[in-house]
Amino acid sequence: MTTTTETTKRTALYGEHVKLGGRMVPFGGFEMPVQYAGILKEHDAVRRRAGLFDLSHMGQFLLEGEDVADWADRLTINAVATMKPYQARYNIFCNERGGALDDVIFYRLLKHFLLVVNASNADKMWAHLNAHPASGVKLTNLHGKRSLIAIQGPKSAAMLQPHVNVDLATVRYYFCVESSVYGHPVTIARTGYTGEDGFELFVDDRIAADVWNRLLADHTSDGLEPCGLGARDVLRLEAGMPLYGHEMNEEITPVQAGLTWALKLNKPEFIGKTALAGQLERDDYARIVGLIMEGRAPAREGYAVFMGDREVGEVRSGSLGPSVGNKNIATAIVSKDAATIGGTVTVEIRGVRHPALVVALPFYKKKENV
Amino acid sequence: MAQPQDLLYSKEHEWVKLDGDVATVGITDYAQDSLGDIVYVELPKVGAAIRQFGTIGVVESVKAVSDLFTPISGSVIEINAGLEADPALVNREPFAGGWLFKVKASDTSETAKLLNADAYAELTAG
Repeated sequence: MTTTTETTKRTALYGEHVKLGGRMVPFGGFEMPVQYAGILKEHDAVRRRAGLFDLSHMGQFLLEGEDVADWADRLTINAVATMKPYQARYNIFCNERGGALDDVIFYRLLKHFLLVVNASNADKMWAHLNAHPASGVKLTNLHGKRSLIAIQGPKSAAMLQPHVNVDLATVRYYFCVESSVYGHPVTIARTGYTGEDGFELFVDDRIAADVWNRLLADHTSDGLEPCGLGARDVLRLEAGMPLYGHEMNEEITPVQAGLTWALKLNKPEFIGKTALAGQLERDDYARIVGLIMEGRAPAREGYAVFMGDREVGEVRSGSLGPSVGNKNIATAIVSKDAATIGGTVTVEIRGVRHPALVVALPFYKKKENV
Repeated sequence: MAQPQDLLYSKEHEWVKLDGDVATVGITDYAQDSLGDIVYVELPKVGAAIRQFGTIGVVESVKAVSDLFTPISGSVIEINAGLEADPALVNREPFAGGWLFKVKASDTSETAKLLNADAYAELTAG
């Protein structure tokens, strides 16, 4: 996680976090809870029941105007214009070298798009969007002015359903709906960053605490737990989801991060297209793989990865994986020849090389109960 | 937070229990609470000579790697083998089953540089 020395801001839920005993840390310019009861307990709640997250530190931009879709298609690698109303889609903004500026989600509503960007990149992304003005595009920065609450886990639909005026069974994965929650207006999206079913609720700052507190009051007895950034990071790593600054950054491209599924080379032009198409064609690049450590020592960001005596890369994220047989898991960027799934590499931890198995991502897939 | 009166404490949040010249060392309740869920403990090998306040291992939580210091000099005579399979024992019983290692102290007068329970409580207050 990155920290910042600039003055930190607080979300509308700051007071609730403190009341709940949340351990507050600076993250992306905000004071955010890294944990309440404990990372492992919170992780377990999301995998078995549900967890409640404050994501109000994330950047929210409103994109309005007739030309938004075409404009966004020129700035991103995935398709925007083909999105249906109320559809959500993962996307990545790149630089000309193909490096990632940010990974984001576009939400297409009836009259506008909502763009959610990483907190740590919000200022950079606001500047980037404004550096590419278009006549039919109006941008509004809602960062820090609108709350985002996520409820994630296999029981999240059952917990949320009684409090909203929409049948959540009709809201498909990566779609959203305008509804109400506890009588307040809300945009509900079936999206998340945990590898579980779940919803993200976009609400006005003034009602955020009411929604947060009522969900906890109504569902703590069903096992709903407030969850911090620590649990969120473990959940997303197990689910093989990239974290900006780790699996992807301005040097590590989406192709290297294994996100080629989001790369739409059939779009006529977009920033980074030539570089990414060339990289994909050459297929000689270092790439992100999953590692499962054989021993008990955790691999951590920055640790060197070896194949035989040769240094072939470095760890980008590492954690205990409670849902991966309680083994230590990591992502690493390694040279192509070391990226063979099923191969063995070593990770140097305090001068000692520990063996690790190279695996495909994700480490964890939720059980489908269709 | 719980602070057993019969132990001595370091400013780095280790505790020592001296029995003759055998010192049992662990981390305090305050330390385990600050670290959060402990997932790995790396300790010196039996026989290793360690020096007071030197770095002798690590304690890792889900999110962080923290150096472990020894509050007393000597030769390591035993490590807590139970921690390999169950490092969370340090969270559950920091002053009992979650002890880390035992040292044959080379100079028990070093304890003069440690804190008593009240002084340690003051250090960690607020």
